[in-house]
Amino acid sequence: MLEVTGLEVAYGAIRAVRGIDLRVGQGEIVALLGPNGAGKSSTLMAIMGVVPPRAGRIRLEGRDVSGLAPEALVRAGMALVPEGRRIFAPLTVTENLVVAAPPGRRRSELAADLEEMHALFPVLAERRTQQAGTLSGGEQQQLAIARCLMGRPRMVLLDEPSLGLAPQIVDQIFDLIAGLRDRGLTILLVEQNVDLSLEIADRGYVLVGGEMVLDGPAAALAASEGVERAFLGLSGA
Amino acid sequence: MDLLFQNLVNALSLGGIYALLALGLALVFSIMGLINFAHGELMTITAYGLILGAGLGLPFGAAVILGVALAGLAAMAMERIAFRPVRGASAATLLLTSFAVSAVLQVLFQNLIAARPLPVAVPRALAGTLDLGGLRVGVLPLATILGTGILLAALALVLRRTRVGIAMRAAAIDFQMTRLVGIRADAVIAAAFGLSGLLAGIAAVFWVAQRGSVDPMMGFLPVLKAFIAVIVGGLGSLSGAVVGAFLLAFIEVGLRALLPPELLPYREALALALIILVLLVRPQGLFGRRETVR
Ligand SMILES: Nc1ncnc2c1ncn2[C@@H]1O[C@H](COP(=O)(O)OP(=O)(O)OP(=O)(O)O)[C@@H](O)[C@H]1O
Ligand SMILES: [Mg+2]
Repeated sequence: MLEVTGLEVAYGAIRAVRGIDLRVGQGEIVALLGPNGAGKSSTLMAIMGVVPPRAGRIRLEGRDVSGLAPEALVRAGMALVPEGRRIFAPLTVTENLVVAAPPGRRRSELAADLEEMHALFPVLAERRTQQAGTLSGGEQQQLAIARCLMGRPRMVLLDEPSLGLAPQIVDQIFDLIAGLRDRGLTILLVEQNVDLSLEIADRGYVLVGGEMVLDGPAAALAASEGVERAFLGLSGA
Repeated sequence: MDLLFQNLVNALSLGGIYALLALGLALVFSIMGLINFAHGELMTITAYGLILGAGLGLPFGAAVILGVALAGLAAMAMERIAFRPVRGASAATLLLTSFAVSAVLQVLFQNLIAARPLPVAVPRALAGTLDLGGLRVGVLPLATILGTGILLAALALVLRRTRVGIAMRAAAIDFQMTRLVGIRADAVIAAAFGLSGLLAGIAAVFWVAQRGSVDPMMGFLPVLKAFIAVIVGGLGSLSGAVVGAFLLAFIEVGLRALLPPELLPYREALALALIILVLLVRPQGLFGRRETVR
């Protein structure tokens, strides 16, 4: 589904991502794990065309999409829920969703899409006319995910969806992500919550200091001590 | 009573003009971080368009449509030719680019059209006065209030109810995120420039109707005022820009009415001092968000 090869991202002299390879198969949840500053967000931003990569190729469903603008990638079937959610706080819940519907969508289809989101996220139905900025953290995360689904993506990139949420809410969000896979979506999940991520993921990668230090099936990663060591900086770069 | 009413009318009509200008500036600024100093030249273009229309023998209404359309097109051309190549550059680069565009246009006006003021003919009816139950009002200020008021209301409706409007508001909040939900950057920016041009054009019609003439520098002063209004309202806030515009107009008209004659020459300075006072209390402007942290 998604194939990233030799990806490098740099901000001036700071080399945030140093030539990584990554593959996400159709229908998989793949976890991209790593400590703060590892380059996880940079990787997602580069895949999504927000940050221009210094090197590397990105293929989506076999098609080379390197260098495409974010809006073109959305049309190609990819979506990103960015770190910190970045909902449009002064807009209402419904406006946040409507803005993300593809331009050509007709009124009736749009209404159906909104209905679908309300069914998937009942809280959002209750809060449709409320300003998005007044939602709780968990509700905002649900809104951010619903917003990205409005574009009917096939591949979703999630950047730390559990960040800053209370433990029960975190569980709820992870259930939701697993539910998205069951709806046929392919997911690349960036997280610092290693245990929960590996519980729902099929495979995982561990990124440290901009380099991929580990990868493998989720169960194997969960069982090994390698991940923990990587987080403590005992292996890798 | 009559005097108070006159001043109220003056403040509302001046505020309406400032508001149209300020909205255009704020819209473009909030979406691409550009303070467009060439906004004033869009007004000037409309004024020349009115003269062109009269020269072509068009009725005044058609000349207005021509002039306003020219401003909208000029705004979009400006974006395409001058601002798109520097999109995403530093604030200083953007600012310098807009200064350059403004300067180039002024030179073109001077050399291709005229360096001296040219008269703009407006229908005689606009110069008349109306009797509203004992209160006398100029037709032009009344038309300005109605025109700008209806336009502001229509604009609010477009921004709240239409998908393009919602997209523009979203882009004003977080432009990058708007692209990440699939909205084409070029399309939103072009729409914002086009809209800001139309607003500047309509403001220009009311502005020149009052002055009766246009010169290459005409747009400078009102846009400077609108810029102040945007800062007072809070850079980037659309509703703030409108509130700032009316606040500035009320301060200006109020000072003109209340100051003793010997202080009148200082009224602009005093108005600015009041504005600075507002900013001392609220540095981010009336409706500005504090530095957003991501
Ligand atoms: N816009 C930027 N300009 C300069 N340096 C940046 C920028 N964005 C990220 N960096 C640097 O690049 C490195 C990787 O950052 P990145 O945000 O990709 O890490 P991350 O793995 O997402 O971390 P976290 O878990 O804290 O979100 C860090 O050293 C960071 O300081
Ligand atoms: Mg990150």
